[in-house]
Order: sequence, then structure tokens, then C-alpha cells
Amino acid sequence: MNRRKLLQLLSKGVAAGAFVKLSPGLAQGKIPQGATETMKVLGATLREYGERSEFEKDVIRYISPNLRSRHTGADFSPLEKLEGIITPSSLHFERHHGGVPNVNPADYRLVIHGMVERPLMFTLQDLKRFPSVTRTYFIECAGNGQNGYRNPPDMTLTATRSRGLVSNSSWTGVPLSILLKEAGLKEGARWLIPEGQDAAAYTRSLPLEKALDDVLVAYAQNGEAIRPEQGYPVRLVVPGWEGSIQVKWLRRIQVTDTPVMSKDETSEYTDVMADGKIHAFTWVMDPESIITYPSGLQQIQRGFHEIRGLAWSGHGRIRRVEISLDGGKTWKRANLEPAPDALSVVRFKYNWVWDGKETVIMSRAWDEKGNTQPTQEEFFAKWARNNRYHYNAIQAWRIGADGKVVNGDKTLAGAPERLGAVGRGGCGGES
Amino acid sequence: MRRKWFYLALSALALSALVLAQGRYQIGTPLNEKEVQEWNIRPSILANGVGLPPGQGTVDEGAKVYAVHCAGCHGSTGEGGAFTRLVSEPFPITKDTDSVDFAIGNYWPYATTLFDYTRRAMPFATPGILSNDEVYAVVAYILYQNGVIDGNEPMNAQTLPKVQMPARALLELDPSTQKRFPWIKLP
Repeated sequence: MNRRKLLQLLSKGVAAGAFVKLSPGLAQGKIPQGATETMKVLGATLREYGERSEFEKDVIRYISPNLRSRHTGADFSPLEKLEGIITPSSLHFERHHGGVPNVNPADYRLVIHGMVERPLMFTLQDLKRFPSVTRTYFIECAGNGQNGYRNPPDMTLTATRSRGLVSNSSWTGVPLSILLKEAGLKEGARWLIPEGQDAAAYTRSLPLEKALDDVLVAYAQNGEAIRPEQGYPVRLVVPGWEGSIQVKWLRRIQVTDTPVMSKDETSEYTDVMADGKIHAFTWVMDPESIITYPSGLQQIQRGFHEIRGLAWSGHGRIRRVEISLDGGKTWKRANLEPAPDALSVVRFKYNWVWDGKETVIMSRAWDEKGNTQPTQEEFFAKWARNNRYHYNAIQAWRIGADGKVVNGDKTLAGAPERLGAVGRGGCGGES
Repeated sequence: MRRKWFYLALSALALSALVLAQGRYQIGTPLNEKEVQEWNIRPSILANGVGLPPGQGTVDEGAKVYAVHCAGCHGSTGEGGAFTRLVSEPFPITKDTDSVDFAIGNYWPYATTLFDYTRRAMPFATPGILSNDEVYAVVAYILYQNGVIDGNEPMNAQTLPKVQMPARALLELDPSTQKRFPWIKLP
């Protein structure tokens, strides 16, 4: 399907009422017939591995139609269909550069070599013997928010397609600093070059300081083995930094005195700035937030609503999240739940009674270092229109008088027209 | 009997003291250099050329390798097809260039990356099948197609690291990264 056809289809879908009514309003006093049926028959028996309800099968990752058969690309977590802060492992966003390898843990080895006193090889069992650490961290693709580069804005945008290249998990593993100490660093060691066991033998450069600070060699996600798409059996977790440096299917770490300047830190994951320069090693993810309810392609009715959303920052804890109910003129403070952890997603909530008048709602996050989100205009004053990464401008949702919610971002005057991101560099690439 | 338990406990204590005194857990298998090399099947090539293997290849040889292994995805001369463009305009890119035109000659800052990535991950569906000579050759061909080299000398471990990429002039270390890691210098 080409891009134009898809857009036509999508806009037809919108016109025909693809909006999701979230409070259908049962006829008062009527009890659904099926409601008591389960009380008349025996339910299912015990089973060894749980499945979600058959009625939840539409809660799935979003895969752009042009990427369905590819082995490189990304898909999105369905943010507006999830609650709390933990992303179910099966719905964690994906990004691969050569497909998902099927690694047998019996054959798995991690080798640390290069500028070390003792090159070492670890089995999975070896790694699990070390003292372990469990922490909740978000992982976000540097290309998250790429739809924000579209001009005019995409009126079919959902919260998923706006910011679904972020997910939040409880990660368990051994601190990389312990493994490096085990191997013994040589004088002059400055960099690590981690390598994946995938078909792309994916590599990046990671400064030793960060590795010694908080990087995990993780083997568990949300209490069980890491999912294959997320790096089974072992991956790097590099808290707060772009997802692409958190090498999955980790097989080798070379200790060096210089960075490798691999393809994915030069031709991709470098940022074109408004002055025409290209920035390398843009590792830290700036603060972001997204209202997941009410959000794009949902439909609400008058009355009470708890505005809900997610916020996170690669610089540390989220300090506060503000909500605007009038298109950015005034801002009110939202509640945060749970108490924010550093480098983890936090849920924000705000009680609101909608009077039925058209309005534009927004959220913006502030982190403990005082960083906040730019407006679209502020973002493009710094980054070039043709950049592909690190878009963190405020996302607006417009609520029509009919209760339908659509993208509330503005068309930027004087900016070049830009549709999707197909062929425009890997992550977030949509038709 | 009691004395035996005492000595056992003492030696256990001594062992853990020894382990922890070194700050090491004595877990993992030491490897010698040969064993490391056996594991390191796709060695990283650094920007200064460290890691480049022996061998060489010319533009003409590369054209043949390209036609067989690369043209199907990247077009007959690198203009792009089902997958990314390897050759494109302008030279180098500007802030107004559509990112679909970010290609090797106008965006990639280091020639060594091309060898590293080609040997590491290409051809996409059958990575690792090209010999070192074939990788040098196809790297020479792609650089020639991009107008970066004149093709008069073959690419090898001596010539490739000397190739200057036009987009290197645009590349800067991110200022906030520089602030946090003052010692970092881009090659």
C-alpha cells in the first residue's frame, strides 16, 4: 500500500467514526444477558502459563504497514491502552536491526576483552551468580516522537504513534561495574564497545564512566527472563540514555581507548541541528510527557474525566507535570503516582470536568535538573526540520464539541511539508 | 570433630576474605588471546584503522561484488531501491536535505565505518559471507560512486583510514555530552 492510499484509508476511517468511545453508557437499569452466564458453568482449569483474556486481544503493538515483513524497524507500545507505569513485557516496543535472534541460553556466552588484565568469558549461570540489582527504568528509542516532524500534523495520530517508542520495565541483572572489576581495567581504558549476537552484530560505543555508574547487564524483565525481542537472554540497560545504545543479545564487550564510530552512531542516531551541524553522541533522553487519556482518536462525553498520562526524563526524577486545559495559556499541576523514581516512567493524573466546549489540552514534564519540554517552535529553533531523533516537544490534543479527540499540534508556517518517515532512517519509520 | 568444624569455618572465612579483599568474585573463565580471537568473529574497526585486516580490493572488483550482493536492495549504482540510498545529493547534506537522501558520501563521517558495517552486517540476509578482499573492493566501489575517491589505488588497511569523508566537517560532539565528558574527542 502506498502512503497516499493509506492516508486516504485512514481519513475515511476517521470520517466513518473510527473514534473509540470510552464511556458507551449502558441503558440505565439493564443487566447484560451474558453477565450471569459464567455463574452457571464451570470455568477453565489450571494452566501452566497464563494468557490474557480473549477480550483483550486488540491491545497490541502498532506496526506500520510498510514494516510488517521487514527485519529492521520499530513498533510501538499501545500507550493509551495501558495503566500504571510498568509496560507488560509482551507489549514493550521493539526495535531491531537484523531481526530477533533465537539464542539458546545453553550456548550463550559473554566475553569481556581488550584493555583488561584478564579477558573473561561468562555463561548465563555465571552472570546470575553475581550480586544482583533490580531497578525500574524506561527505555526509549531516540526516534520516539518522530511523527512530530510531520508538517502539517497528522490528524490520525494516537498517543501510541506519538510516543509509543518508550516502555518501562523492572530490570534485574548484574552491574557492569562488577564484571569490569572482575576482568580488571587497564590504564588508559576509556570506552566499551558492546556487540550483539544478532544478524547485524550490532555495536556502539559507551563511555566507561557511564558503565561504572549505573549500567546493568540484565537477564530479567518484569520478574521473568527477558523477552527475545528485548534481548534474550542478556542485554545492556543504560539508564536514561537512548535505547539504541542498550545493546541486546549482548555477546561481547571490547574495552578500548577510543570510540568505534559504528554505523549506528554516525549514519544513524546523530542529530542534524538547525545550524546545519550534525551532533554525535546525543545519548541522554530529554524530558517528555504524553496525555494518554483523553488522546488522539478517542471520544469522550461531558462530565468527569481523570486526565491520565506518562512522563519520564533521562536526566533523573520527574519533579512535576503540568496540564493545560486552554491550549497552553495556563498550566496546573498534576498528581504523580507512584512517587517518581529516577529514570523511570511516572503516571500523572488530573481531575477534570469537561463542559462540552472545544478545547486543546497539553502536558509538560519538568525533571529534577530543571529541564522541561519545548514547544514545537522552540524545538525547531534548535533542531533541523530534517532531523530524525530526540523530538520531545509538547503534544497537544484537540477535543471537539462532539467529544472527538484529534492531534492538536499546529501547522508550522514556513516549514517544509513533510509526511511520514518511511525510508528516513530506521526507528519510527512509518509510511 | 568440633575442631574439624572450627578449621572448616576458619578456611571458609579466609576464602571469602581473600575473594572480597580483591573485590572480585572469581566467577568466569579466563581466556587467552587466541580464544578471544576465536570469539571475535566480526572485529570492530576503529576510526584510526585499528582492526583492519590484511587484503585489498579495487573499484572494478568492487563493481562485480556490488552487482551480485548489493544491487538488489540498493539499486544498480547505489541510488537506492527497496532499501536505503548509498549515493545521493547534495554533497554533503544541509539542514534542508530530505533525510531520505542521507547517504554514504554526503552523511557518513568516517570511511572505516563502511568497512566495519559491511563486514559486520552485510549482505543483509546473509551477513558475513564476503571475504576481506571483497569487502575492501565493495567499499572502494561505493566510495568511488560517491565521488569520495578517484579509484587510482586499491583500498586496504593503509589507504582506507586516510580517506577523508566530506560530512566529517559537519560532525560535532554534542555540547551537553562534551560538558559531562570533557575528555571525549571525536576521531
